[in-house]
Amino acid sequence: MRIIVCIKQVPDTAEVRINPETNTLIREGLHSIINPFDLHAIEAGLEIREKVGGKVTALTMGPPQAEDALREAISMGADEAVLLTDKAFAGSDTLATSYALARAIERLGADIVFCGRQAIDGDTAQVGPGIAEFLGIPHIACVRKIEEVKEGLIRVQRLMDDGYDVVESSLPILLTVVKELNVPRPPSLRGKIAAKEALIKRMTPADIGANEEELGLKGSPTQVKNIFAPKARSGRMMLEGTPEEEVNALIEELRRIKCL
Amino acid sequence: MPVIVRAERCTGCKVCVSSCPYDAMSVATGVASINEYCQLCMACIEVCPEGAIVEIMEETDMETRRHGDTESYRGIWVFAEQRDGKVAGVSYELLGAGRRLSDELKVELGAVLFGADGDEANELIRWGADKVYLCNDPALMKFNEDTYSELLSRLIKKHKPEIVLAGATPIGRSFIPRVAARLRTGLTADCTSLEIDKETRNLLQIRPAFGGNIMATVLCPRHRPQMATVRPRVMKKGGYVAGRSGEIIHIEAGGLTSRTRVIDTIKDVSALTMNLHEADVIVSGGRGLGDAKGFRVLEELARVMGGAIGASRAAVDAGWISYSHQVGQTGKTVSPKIYIACGISGAIQHLVGMQSSDIIIAINKNPEAPIFNVATYGIVGDLYEIVPLLTKKIKEVKGL
Repeated sequence: MRIIVCIKQVPDTAEVRINPETNTLIREGLHSIINPFDLHAIEAGLEIREKVGGKVTALTMGPPQAEDALREAISMGADEAVLLTDKAFAGSDTLATSYALARAIERLGADIVFCGRQAIDGDTAQVGPGIAEFLGIPHIACVRKIEEVKEGLIRVQRLMDDGYDVVESSLPILLTVVKELNVPRPPSLRGKIAAKEALIKRMTPADIGANEEELGLKGSPTQVKNIFAPKARSGRMMLEGTPEEEVNALIEELRRIKCL
Repeated sequence: MPVIVRAERCTGCKVCVSSCPYDAMSVATGVASINEYCQLCMACIEVCPEGAIVEIMEETDMETRRHGDTESYRGIWVFAEQRDGKVAGVSYELLGAGRRLSDELKVELGAVLFGADGDEANELIRWGADKVYLCNDPALMKFNEDTYSELLSRLIKKHKPEIVLAGATPIGRSFIPRVAARLRTGLTADCTSLEIDKETRNLLQIRPAFGGNIMATVLCPRHRPQMATVRPRVMKKGGYVAGRSGEIIHIEAGGLTSRTRVIDTIKDVSALTMNLHEADVIVSGGRGLGDAKGFRVLEELARVMGGAIGASRAAVDAGWISYSHQVGQTGKTVSPKIYIACGISGAIQHLVGMQSSDIIIAINKNPEAPIFNVATYGIVGDLYEIVPLLTKKIKEVKGL
């Protein structure tokens, strides 16, 4: 089974704090991590390899320092890693990113492509389905369980708002995963050594046979016009007194604003 | 690069360097520079005390690269999703937003409905649609990425709406990106506000990014249709007019095939696990509950308030409740009328999932808990004392 796991290096939002005066992010000293959902995607790939055999390739698009994320994937057990990096990729929106990753996957060859449900910086959840479309393969989003995988067939559970669906598909396929799927393993000692020594393969637009018009800013239909701070929540009221008094005050307030 | 440093204004203070999440800024010889890894998040523009970093629009580039014939696209469409043949609540909210935008642009509002019947289609008309494109083929009852993507793409290619809106739900967020990729057009995820620039007919798509700590306005100036998924419960429903008339256009689902197949649908059994995205009230529990039994106490309150049960990541990771209840960055993003956080300290990852709620009530032992920073009403105290008392009082008020 040829398995490719798409990962993204993101700023660690666990370290993000809000400046209460300006209501903006304090990003001083932020470091980069693998997008948390992607750790579950890597784990899913490793588990399938352990069951049916095969190779797990970690793939990312980003600046040279995104290599750190790929080495981390190798330390967890990925067999190899590929970094798409070039000026031409800069400024890609989700469409251009999907296009570039799909071209790379086409070159590498895959039976199953895993992605995290979404990246925690952009929160779009659009790149996974977009890759599947460019590859011309089916996809299933928000996979919470893989029930069965065998030659040419996979059966999974996908999370819905009101429960879950059991879905079967032919291979190849792209799956986006939620954290309920598994518990990502920590890096092993052997993995860490492998990660240190691993040669990270780099690919450019020419290597993946990409049309430069479809990459980066040129290939991105959407543009960020501006950014601004969200409206601050106004007027917090702390209720005080005995528990009885606090609850009475709360009820009073809820009735006043007609929420009760 | 559309973001540049005006060297004459730059003082080399390096504020931008630490603001950049992508390591794209550096300061050498006293002047900042931006490398090719800039993702245009524009954090640097915001923080620069000298106003030395600016975004430049490459006008000529944009004009010459206007994609195809954007002028032939007219009208606004809403994709109305259904589960079990019943239209989801978010669809009516989309019709409310769509009606407002189409009145501004003076165009028709269309709704697309798959796998439901004419009664549901008529309901969409009463909620504001001028036309409903209805395909009631039973094969479309169940959501399927391949068939939904193919049919919606076909309809868009044929009728050319300039804007297509869908719910940012598991269904919308799964197949709409596929449709946008097939049409090679732009898609903005999880919008919380939509406006129109009348002159250019561009849709101003406003959405949270970086976990809700920054809002971004996104445009799709050169491609049509402009597509967006919209977060449930943030748009207001439009007016319901019982006698409103419109046109239903029946669509044949000819030649649709699918590589994926839904073989079973399992509903969440507990009555209290009602759809978090659609609940008016959410009572949510965190580490402060101490154990799984704590949720019984919260369920009582949820029951009297007609609400759903949410949870922080800590409570889910402890195994007290299932992942489908998790609110926050790696769970669900919710915006109910009332969110009651019990024993939740309020880590940023939780806050980003609930801070757009109308009213936030925080109950926590620790007066320093960050949850109080976003609370409308705060009570410092033992939730096991406060919550049962609150349940009892509300019962009295409601005469239950």
